[in-house]
Amino acid sequence: MSRIEKRFAQLKADKRAGLVTYITAGDPNIDVGFQILKGLPAAGADLIELGMPFTDPMADGPSIQHAGQRALKAGITVDATFDMVRRFRKETGDNDTPILLMGYYNLIYQRGAERFCKEAAAAGIDGFILVDLPPEEADELKPHAVANGLDTVLLTAPTTDDKRLPAVLKYASGFVYFVSVLGITGTKSASEEAVRTHVERIKRHTKLPVGVGFGIKTPDQAAAIARHADAAVVGSAIVDRVKAGLDDNGKAKPDLVPGVFAYIRALADGVRGVRKA
Amino acid sequence: MSSTPNSFRTGPDERGHFGLFGGRYVAETLMPLILELEKAYNEAKVDPQFQGELKYLLTQYAGRPSPLYFAERLTGKLGGAKIYLKRDELNHTGSHKINNVLGQVLLAKRMGKTRVIAETGAGQHGVATATACALFDIPCVVFMGSVDVERQAPNVFRMKMLGAEVRPVTAGASTLKDAMNEALRDWVATCETTFYCIGTVAGPHPYPAMVRDFQCVIGDEVRKQMMEAEGRLPDTLVACIGGGSNAMGLFHPFLDDQGVRIIGVEAAGRGVETGEHAASLTGGRPGVLHGNRTYLLQDKEGQITEAHSISAGLDYPGIGPEHAWLKEKGRVEYVAATDDEAVEAFQLLCKLEGIIPALESSHALAHTIKLAPSLSKDNLLVMNLSGRGDKDVPQIAERLGVKI
Repeated sequence: MSRIEKRFAQLKADKRAGLVTYITAGDPNIDVGFQILKGLPAAGADLIELGMPFTDPMADGPSIQHAGQRALKAGITVDATFDMVRRFRKETGDNDTPILLMGYYNLIYQRGAERFCKEAAAAGIDGFILVDLPPEEADELKPHAVANGLDTVLLTAPTTDDKRLPAVLKYASGFVYFVSVLGITGTKSASEEAVRTHVERIKRHTKLPVGVGFGIKTPDQAAAIARHADAAVVGSAIVDRVKAGLDDNGKAKPDLVPGVFAYIRALADGVRGVRKA
Repeated sequence: MSSTPNSFRTGPDERGHFGLFGGRYVAETLMPLILELEKAYNEAKVDPQFQGELKYLLTQYAGRPSPLYFAERLTGKLGGAKIYLKRDELNHTGSHKINNVLGQVLLAKRMGKTRVIAETGAGQHGVATATACALFDIPCVVFMGSVDVERQAPNVFRMKMLGAEVRPVTAGASTLKDAMNEALRDWVATCETTFYCIGTVAGPHPYPAMVRDFQCVIGDEVRKQMMEAEGRLPDTLVACIGGGSNAMGLFHPFLDDQGVRIIGVEAAGRGVETGEHAASLTGGRPGVLHGNRTYLLQDKEGQITEAHSISAGLDYPGIGPEHAWLKEKGRVEYVAATDDEAVEAFQLLCKLEGIIPALESSHALAHTIKLAPSLSKDNLLVMNLSGRGDKDVPQIAERLGVKI
């Protein structure tokens, strides 16, 4: 069983949904970014998405675009990202919280899918969420992911109809990520009713847990998602808290890290307040 | 990659790949829409009514066929190959872009889309899209890097007069690549009602093949016109390449004519060795961006680096995937011309032939100037004059230190 499978099994046993938190690796810089990463589980994150900054994040809104620019400016690299996860596992002793890399395929392609998967697994990474790698192009990565025990979490969207869903699910493992709105990250929010309908639809096709993301900003919204999905994913709103903790020169203010954790704690309380059958 | 196919004209495969290149690297939200577009295009392609309408518009509205003009003075001055200019700068809106846009906007109508978006660099594709949208009464939004908005001011105003909304993009280097990112972001949010009219032979499948098909009218005409003028096919074809649509339109109909030498000219900017250039094939390597795998300018990690060219239309760190494949197959030669060479060529054509070429096309001309003297006088060379340079006049004046 992968860490992701184990975590969802535990959540099910605990009769609650999970909170998936996204941060951009190396935002606002490598040291502070690592402090945030290290503290996420204690703040209430059940799974962690670690964004790999890319110069051209074509599915991301301004919040994550700017986070990526801050991290690239601070010198983030793929190796530094792996190193961060390695240190997380070592320094916290947390061998249970899944960490997924989220980003765009070119960074993987340049290193070579085989080498990338090997190094990612060795660093303690559990899987991928790749925005621009639909099932049609997944053949190049999937065998190496499988060989290294990495889950490939595929995205489904409101436009992914019942006819197409099986093709997507064929490549999915760990969980299914439902992009709840048409659009880029951090902009619109879906209605609870729309989320319920789509999650039910997806669950008719798969036994995999379903995580729902895009546009979740408040503990109430997170709770609403938790009523229908197996996990709520929050990204842009967390990244906005990082930005809010920077002074005019882009330096981290003392309250940046505590501010991020307080916000995540509130989201986690929202999610954990929902009891599931 | 070393085997030679029986034909160079059968790509892409059913998944949109040209060998290693091409494909559909897009967000899942867009995938169903791209599949729908592919289906709609495949149906339109074989529908006589669609083709008839397109033909009518190309002839009566855009002014095709464009002449194949024997540039006698240029030929005399260079003292080698017999140079013909394919006059696509005479099309309505002043470039080859209208060929593709009329096809795509007709398709948008046919698919029942109610809004069109486009990216633009020099503004030629933006102007063409705004024009077609005015004609078909469809709201149009054009994304344009804020640097390009400044250096191509005449085209910005043209788009606005034509009723389009121009959205300046300030991300990244604020040029064509960033405009394309922003257009894709808009499309993810609006894909159910919006048609994305891509201006070049790049992006996810089916765009590279579809845009190529719409641009092939250039090469098809050249074939016929050259037979009429000289009784045989040309020996040499030259075209400039940013994304590569005018070049693909000229080249594709000749790919299986082994006797035809084909040359694509990228933008070398301040020189490929300086790192400040837009020559993806000459100075880049394969990667994935904007929905396809192709040659890209990028660093070791795979972060995309900024392109540089004096020509806003060539200022892009990628290239159409079919060009990447043709390079690897060795069927097309790819070379590069610098900013300085393009500016010099620009002025030469003005003086010798009374034609003001676009800065983009001036790159093809710069290579023609280098190449022609080494070719025999019976070598028939066709250069695609893909756009007119009126839009570049303020920029050239500034570069020459003239206040207008």
